Amino acid sequence: MTELSAHLPQFQHGQLTENFPDNHLSSTNESSERRRRDNSERRRNDNPESETNGQPQNNIQQVVEQDEEEDEELTLKYGAKHVIMLFVPVTLCMVVVVATIKSVSFYTRKDGQLIYTPFTEETETVGQRALNSILNAAIMISVIIVMTILLVVLYKYRCYKVIHGWLIISSLLLLFFFSFIYLGEVFKTYNVAMDYITLALMIWNFGVVGMICIHWKGPLRLQQAYLIMISALMALVFIKYLPEWTAWLILAVISVYDLVAVLCPKGPLRMLVETAQERNETLFPALIYSSTMVWLVNMAEEDPEAQRKASKNSTYDKQANRAPNEDAEADDGGFSQEWQQQRDSRIGPIESTPESRAAVQALPSNSQTSEDPEERGVKLGLGDFIFYSVLVGKASATASGDWNTTLACFVAILIGLCLTLLLLAIFKKALPALPISITFGLVFYFATDNLVQPFMDQLAFHQFYI
Amino acid sequence: MHRAAAGAPGPARPPSPPPPPPSAMGAAVFFGCAGIAFGPALALVLLTVAAEPLRVIILVAGAFFWLVSLLLASLIWFISVHLSDQEDSKLQYSLLVFGAAVSVLLQEVFRFAYFKLLKKADEGLAMISEDGQSPISLKQMAYVSGLSFGIISGVFSVINILADSIGPGIVGIHGDSPYYFITSAFLTMAVVFLHTFWGVIFFDACEKRRYWCLGLVVASHLITSGLTFLNPWYEASLVPIYIITVCMGVWAFFTAGGSFRNILKCLSCKQEEDNRVMMYSALQVPFED
Repeated sequence: MTELSAHLPQFQHGQLTENFPDNHLSSTNESSERRRRDNSERRRNDNPESETNGQPQNNIQQVVEQDEEEDEELTLKYGAKHVIMLFVPVTLCMVVVVATIKSVSFYTRKDGQLIYTPFTEETETVGQRALNSILNAAIMISVIIVMTILLVVLYKYRCYKVIHGWLIISSLLLLFFFSFIYLGEVFKTYNVAMDYITLALMIWNFGVVGMICIHWKGPLRLQQAYLIMISALMALVFIKYLPEWTAWLILAVISVYDLVAVLCPKGPLRMLVETAQERNETLFPALIYSSTMVWLVNMAEEDPEAQRKASKNSTYDKQANRAPNEDAEADDGGFSQEWQQQRDSRIGPIESTPESRAAVQALPSNSQTSEDPEERGVKLGLGDFIFYSVLVGKASATASGDWNTTLACFVAILIGLCLTLLLLAIFKKALPALPISITFGLVFYFATDNLVQPFMDQLAFHQFYI
Repeated sequence: MHRAAAGAPGPARPPSPPPPPPSAMGAAVFFGCAGIAFGPALALVLLTVAAEPLRVIILVAGAFFWLVSLLLASLIWFISVHLSDQEDSKLQYSLLVFGAAVSVLLQEVFRFAYFKLLKKADEGLAMISEDGQSPISLKQMAYVSGLSFGIISGVFSVINILADSIGPGIVGIHGDSPYYFITSAFLTMAVVFLHTFWGVIFFDACEKRRYWCLGLVVASHLITSGLTFLNPWYEASLVPIYIITVCMGVWAFFTAGGSFRNILKCLSCKQEEDNRVMMYSALQVPFED
């Protein structure tokens, strides 16, 4: 595997971005170049003396080389480590979704469709079904596009409160209502008797802790767990309410849309990114899974003043307060608006609808990242989690090849994610995380279901092994 | 075909050897067979692969390559089936054998392709690191890639069978062998091991350009697959396959650089003398960056 970048790659909702401020990247390069230059100079200086001194110079050289190789190794391990840091949560989300689909029959039962997909697929002819599913997908995608443009407009005209309120309401819906339904269905499946009082207590605690963790502060692992859970819940909703052909079409179209929106110059997501960059601020808190928050802890530990600021700015509604705060902080020197923004970007509310994935544009902020390269983390948008899980969940729900198809889609998605990370290391700019994985996933789903499954079935029938 | 051993009444018959009783299924069979089939693989993954991110990536990519090979083989089989007479069962049987052979050959082709890719990656990694050595050696990559092929091959062969074994049902009620699950589990374990060993031998053969080794690996894969055509005559299929597995294991051990001395050293748990200490005995001021 080639090297993945040493700086902080960020995967936004539907896009990968590099979160390296130019100064940070250049400083890293400078330091490593300086080191190399010094080493080569030292070697050149040492060489004329090498005949006289012999061993000692070699020792210095060896130590120097060892240092450099450690640095390079760190760079490399850093790259591979980040792939794994994304593999694990994506795998966990998919495992939760597949486990639920296999055990709780509620999510595979047909109970109507969403209003975004009004056309039914229970038609008489195949042609009619195809037409209906195309129309459904078109309606869904246009809803998403409209929402994205609405978001860009809201952001451009600085209606931050509207956006924040919207995101908070969505996360409330997900954390309380959807999880209540999920818990109810799980109890029904396993025939567990439960009284409303205990249930209310459980849901209340789950929801409140979730809101706090996701929108404010909380232990990193807990926040990650909550983000995975709400992605899984969202994916389950999609799996239940999207009819089959519509679901596959939507997956295909949304990866194309992702590609277009992130890479085209006039794409809404790209415009969003550029606007936020112009304003030199992070976007409103978005749906991002982050693998590390250590820098936050570091900052808090290093600067007691910053800690005080953190407690002051614990509420969300601080866009208005930002300006006076920044003026006050200017005297502190160093921990100013950039630090604020970094901390704010940690706080990601949840969005329950697919339109929100367009909202996730957390920017490559120009803030300082942690000093220690080991602490830098990777981020992936929750929309990517959701659509990966939808693909694998639908594969496990409806495939005739059953586990073979599910596993094939799973491997395909992981490889797509790996390749996307590789591309990120090469191109070092915002990249969509959906297209490659979804393409591989779809190809493997249809191929495994129609080609591989009959073959393996026949082989298993005769107990042949290949 | 025999009737199920449910004591059906009928006219007196000459005594015949009693048919093997059909076996029940359930959680015990599921866990037992899953443990037999994937226990060693899981242990190997947990102990040797899970801790290193690079090896995990190689594992997943290897699975991907195997899946692509299976896809192509299934495509070929599918086309051949649909171009032929579907009613002729003998033809379908021979097409299945043909499909299995094509699949084996394609797996080896893709193993070679994976070797090429890993070789390039190895060079890339070596170029990046300053001391010219990549963080993972080709032998480790060979082992991990073999393991990945084995795991995904075993999983694809047996996972649906395991899922069915939870029940309810009775195996062998129509006269087929009641040992279906357990023999499948043992075959899967053998397949996992075989692929691991083949991976090690194959990569080494490609590296050292020993084409007879390559041919032997491909031939043994074909033979193993062919032996499974003898199922359910398990004595003829399982025993030779395990003999082949042990032979491949010994060959892979020596290919990877093992020897009797290594085994003894490993078993005696002696700490190796670190004689690198001597290099810095000419004390210098520690180099400061």
